Amino acid sequence: MITETSSVPAAVLSAPTITEQAPHIDYWLLSPLLVVFGAAVLGVLFEALVPQARRRALQLGLALAATAAAFVLTVLQGGSIPAGEAGTTLALGSVAVDRVALFLQGTILVLAFISLLLIAENRRGESAFAAQAATVPGSEEERSHILAGSQHTEVYPLVLFAVLGMQLFTAANDFLTMFIALEVMSLPLYLLCGLARRRRLFSQEAAVKYFLLGAFSSAFFLFGIALVYGYAGSVNFARVSEAIDAGGASLFEDGSGEPLLLIGIALIGVGLLFKVGAVPFHNWKPDVYQGAPTPITALMASCTLVAAFGALLRVFYTAFGASVDQWRPMLWTVAILTMVLAAVVAVTQRDIKRLLAYSSVVHAGFMLTAVVAASPEGLAGAMFYLAAYGFTTIGAFAIVTLVRTHENGPEAGELAQWAGLGRTSPLLAGSLALFLLAFAGIPLTSGFIGKFAVFEAAMAAGATPLVVVGVLSSAVTAFFYVRIIVLMFFSEPAETGPTVIRAGGLTGSAIAVGVAATFLLGVFPSPVLDNLVPQPSEEAAEPAVATADGFTR
Amino acid sequence: MELYAPVLVLGAIGAAFVVVSMVVGSIAGPKRYNRAKLQAYECGIEPTPQPAGGGRFTIKYYLTAMLFIVFDIEIIFLYPWAVHFDELGLFGLIAMVLFLVNVSIAYAYEWRRGGLEWE
Amino acid sequence: MAVSDVYLAAGTHVNAVATEADGAILANAWLLIALPLAGAVILLLGGRRTNGWGHWLATALPLAGFAWAALALVQLLGMEPAERSISVPVYTWFSVGGFDVAVDLLLDPLSISFVLLITGVGSLIHIYSVGYMEHDENRRRFFAYLNLFVAAMLVLVLADNFVLLFLGWEGVGLASYLLIGFWQHKPSAAVAAKKAFLVNRVGDIGLLIAIMLMFSTFGTVAFSGVFGAVEQGGQGTMTAIGLLLLLGACGKSAQLPLQSWLLDAMEGPTPVSALIHAATMVTAGVYLIVRSGPIFEAAPAAQLTVAIVGAVTLLAGAVIGCAKDDIKKALAGSTMSQIGYMTLAAGLGPVGYAAAIAHLITHGFFKAGLFLGAGSVMHGMNDEVDMRKYGALRTAMPITFATFGLGYLAIIGFPFLSGWWTKEGIIEAAFATEGLTGQLLGSAALLGAGLTAFYMTRMMVMTFFGEKRWDDGVRPHESPTSMTAPMIVLAVGSVFLGGILVFGYRFAAFLEPAIGAPEEPHAFSLAAMLTSGPSLAALGLMVVGAAAAWFMYGRAPVPREAPAGNVITVAARNELYGNAINEGLLMRPGQVLTKALVVIDTKVVDGLVNGVAASVRNSSEGLRTAQTGFARTYALTMLFGAAIVVATLAVRI
Repeated sequence: MITETSSVPAAVLSAPTITEQAPHIDYWLLSPLLVVFGAAVLGVLFEALVPQARRRALQLGLALAATAAAFVLTVLQGGSIPAGEAGTTLALGSVAVDRVALFLQGTILVLAFISLLLIAENRRGESAFAAQAATVPGSEEERSHILAGSQHTEVYPLVLFAVLGMQLFTAANDFLTMFIALEVMSLPLYLLCGLARRRRLFSQEAAVKYFLLGAFSSAFFLFGIALVYGYAGSVNFARVSEAIDAGGASLFEDGSGEPLLLIGIALIGVGLLFKVGAVPFHNWKPDVYQGAPTPITALMASCTLVAAFGALLRVFYTAFGASVDQWRPMLWTVAILTMVLAAVVAVTQRDIKRLLAYSSVVHAGFMLTAVVAASPEGLAGAMFYLAAYGFTTIGAFAIVTLVRTHENGPEAGELAQWAGLGRTSPLLAGSLALFLLAFAGIPLTSGFIGKFAVFEAAMAAGATPLVVVGVLSSAVTAFFYVRIIVLMFFSEPAETGPTVIRAGGLTGSAIAVGVAATFLLGVFPSPVLDNLVPQPSEEAAEPAVATADGFTR
Repeated sequence: MELYAPVLVLGAIGAAFVVVSMVVGSIAGPKRYNRAKLQAYECGIEPTPQPAGGGRFTIKYYLTAMLFIVFDIEIIFLYPWAVHFDELGLFGLIAMVLFLVNVSIAYAYEWRRGGLEWE
Repeated sequence: MAVSDVYLAAGTHVNAVATEADGAILANAWLLIALPLAGAVILLLGGRRTNGWGHWLATALPLAGFAWAALALVQLLGMEPAERSISVPVYTWFSVGGFDVAVDLLLDPLSISFVLLITGVGSLIHIYSVGYMEHDENRRRFFAYLNLFVAAMLVLVLADNFVLLFLGWEGVGLASYLLIGFWQHKPSAAVAAKKAFLVNRVGDIGLLIAIMLMFSTFGTVAFSGVFGAVEQGGQGTMTAIGLLLLLGACGKSAQLPLQSWLLDAMEGPTPVSALIHAATMVTAGVYLIVRSGPIFEAAPAAQLTVAIVGAVTLLAGAVIGCAKDDIKKALAGSTMSQIGYMTLAAGLGPVGYAAAIAHLITHGFFKAGLFLGAGSVMHGMNDEVDMRKYGALRTAMPITFATFGLGYLAIIGFPFLSGWWTKEGIIEAAFATEGLTGQLLGSAALLGAGLTAFYMTRMMVMTFFGEKRWDDGVRPHESPTSMTAPMIVLAVGSVFLGGILVFGYRFAAFLEPAIGAPEEPHAFSLAAMLTSGPSLAALGLMVVGAAAAWFMYGRAPVPREAPAGNVITVAARNELYGNAINEGLLMRPGQVLTKALVVIDTKVVDGLVNGVAASVRNSSEGLRTAQTGFARTYALTMLFGAAIVVATLAVRI
């Protein structure tokens, strides 16, 4: 029975209300986000006021400048955090500015910058995006737009809005902020997915699917937030953590509130696991990755994954850090399902983009082992993995954009057509081989270090069976990665072989950065790997805000 | 479980209301169809002729609908701000102006790109 | 690992403590590797822009490496012998959760000898290639691969642990693969490259398993850690590690039973044959065995196997060399045979290590010289490789004749030339081994000496003497200076190097801190070398072999078409049926196994339908059907998943 229903729970009373006074906000610490947001809004204004002919150059310059500037600001703030401290929070504790958030934001910004290069690639006035997305595919109207050379330069502000959402997603320190970030990140992506120039219906189908399922998962997420709020009396991660330590808000002194918390964790988990694409919430990934314009796929596969894992790590390490024993079995289950099922399904994929999508799912499984570890080592391993994987995957998708069925044709996704590519375009095939070897976790590539770091952390946390499953799953994935390499280098070129179009400067730089990062992070990982989590120094004063494993909260 | 009892009761009542009203309506209501009744209901105006291929609304409806929602939400935000205008002071005023500017930019975009032209 | 643990040298337990590098030359030993690697990167990424000057850059970098190595040698010589083992930490690759992987280089007499050989002979062959590849439109790529090879080979010999060694091992394999198949337009080249790649994988797996075994046994893969702990390894484990290392060595050094790729590898450009498939890479197996001496000391059975493999290969290679008409393949057989000598010596323990390495170094010179000479002949003969179509070239190509002749005299063991000094060392060491084993191994080495004289004389006579058997329109001419100059340098080395190294026990003493000394040092004296039984026997057999070849090919006319030949000749022409044996023993059973597996697989597939078993592929196909493409199915899956997630969290049993 509910007791004292007449009185309002004290915990609810103590929640901050908007009427008190104007909050103090440190705009300097928020500046990376504000720069991206300002540029995005400015981009919309450009769309409204600048003539079409001059828009593309202007938008591209703006977007690149904004991501670059935001990156510089992020780095500056990273340098301003005192040694041994994790960081701080601002805006009533709703946004965390700590090393983890700054590292992931910096990663997102760099990866977004590279993705923008791919997005901007224009071949004979033809980009990867529809001339006019609102026209009915195959209609006269669409043709007239193609002939007129129409372009959707809205892509750039949309990407910036998505990037803004991603930045906030990794730094959000309360559930409402996180939800807003989730939507700010997702809505532009839904739209961008439907803008592919070729196979328009396919692309639109992918966008609608992504939107429907995304909305579905958002509902889970939101419901979970409501339950957790009911349990803890706050949406702030620090308050939630305190409430868990105290056994719930004062309403639940008898401990009866635990189901609220557990179901809340589960539903929030569903929302986040959908975004990272873990099994069984992965179904959207292959369809969407395949249907979306490839540059957008590259953006999603790298930046969105970083953001989603950033949020997942933060929620499970800080807000729910105290109930690690409760959620660990759940993540064990999901991680094993993800690593096994996705690897198995990937074996029979025949389309390169679908294969890379499943590969992304498997990698999400590997990174989940680091979340399961729930230790600073796990956190550092996951952060390194995300950065390493991001560069590699962008490079791989950049290569996909270059292999066409014929000059001016659509991308040749069918893997059978890639036979003998190593003979005809050795540099391209060699780069892809490097990326695939990194995915497979072969030493001297970044993928090896990342895998080693997360598995080591999981082992240290006692999740040895999980690591065994992970290693076996790696072996299965290595099989299909190596199969592609064998196909490219040892098979006779197919009769109707694909045409490799010459990489423009933008795509070329994206691939070059991918190759360099994959290689450098594999050979010299220490400068990055050793500095991801603050080293606890004994002299450091009591940190200003509560921290958990390198996160502030 | 006991904690959830009121919620479950509320849910049951809600579901029951939906089912009962639909069932009762279909049983008790008179069924005399004519042309006007079978047409799509478009807020009382004369229904727009449908494009060939059938049944689809033109995308312009959605543009208008979204514009409506944007301003609708704007008003929702304006209410609590207006109520607490004194406490929020200058900070609130600047924040709200920035918010309005943002919404206006979206509006300007739609206007300039022909979202408001019906044909 | 700053200062390594006590380095237990083989045999006499010389406690050479690895000292820290001081001085810019030694501390920056990584430059040795970085220089050629930079060359490879610049040439590969630079594209056509570097066509004009790329080959000169690629030649200059190994030369700079050679200079650096020479300075390092001077510094090493200035130290106490016991301190000449220097560990150079380059950087920590990564350290995760207390698990550190360091990239350390080891500079000691053994590794510096190899570095000098690789950069020295390597530079000469780079210079030669400038002329040899002049008309090849892909010359830039060729030089990039050569530089890549040099870098990888230096990683191999400079590594201070087995993992880094393995990295270099794979690197040279890759470079070798790329260079054998360099003329991809020739199908035979592509096939040969593939074959070399596959055969080497077998050996590599042996090495890899050996490394894993070491790690699981000793908890480390650093040389010092492993060698210092061999006592605790247990006989069985050490024998297993030793045999696996031998398997690796056999693959890389073309020893039986993994020899078959080397003859096919001659499809590569001749400078590649000279550098990789004669002077350096193929000797990596010998390096591995000598470097791992302490392991083999602890595993006598494995050590004996090494010696036997060496003895058998030295005879088999020599027999093949006697019958091949293709000049490069005959030389390849000779390479197999000579490496057999080295392997034999390396299998004798500390008695033979110095002899093996000394022979390896001199062989690097004279065999590279012979290959370059062969390349020069081919250059003048429109790329003809069949010796039956040569003849009487001594007047047309005097410099080639002279340098080739000196190399010839060196390899057959003509007294006081390089080969004589070092081969005598091996024969002596073999006979010095106790019991029947020593006698048998020594006899094999002696027999090999006779065969060597036979096939080399045959080659010499068929190429430079006798009548002209040239094809129409062939106008032999001497090669340009850029080609003859390296040949002359190598010929000088072929004449004097052996004496310089062996005379006065210099080289063995220099190597001693790294590889240990035999318990009873091999008493060296020139008089003993000239009067001992084995030595005189070797001389006698050499004369017999050379005379036999002269009578068969010098006195009688050589037919342009190969005669039918007897059983042994045919067998030797067919490389002693090595390929057939490989096919019979490995490929056929493999294919049968595969076919059997396919049959079983089919049954399993049928079984799957009945829910009996599932292969990954089939479950994959099955799971694919879950990906229907309908958003509603996905939503249902998600709902289902959410139920699982809620259940794993909220349901408490």
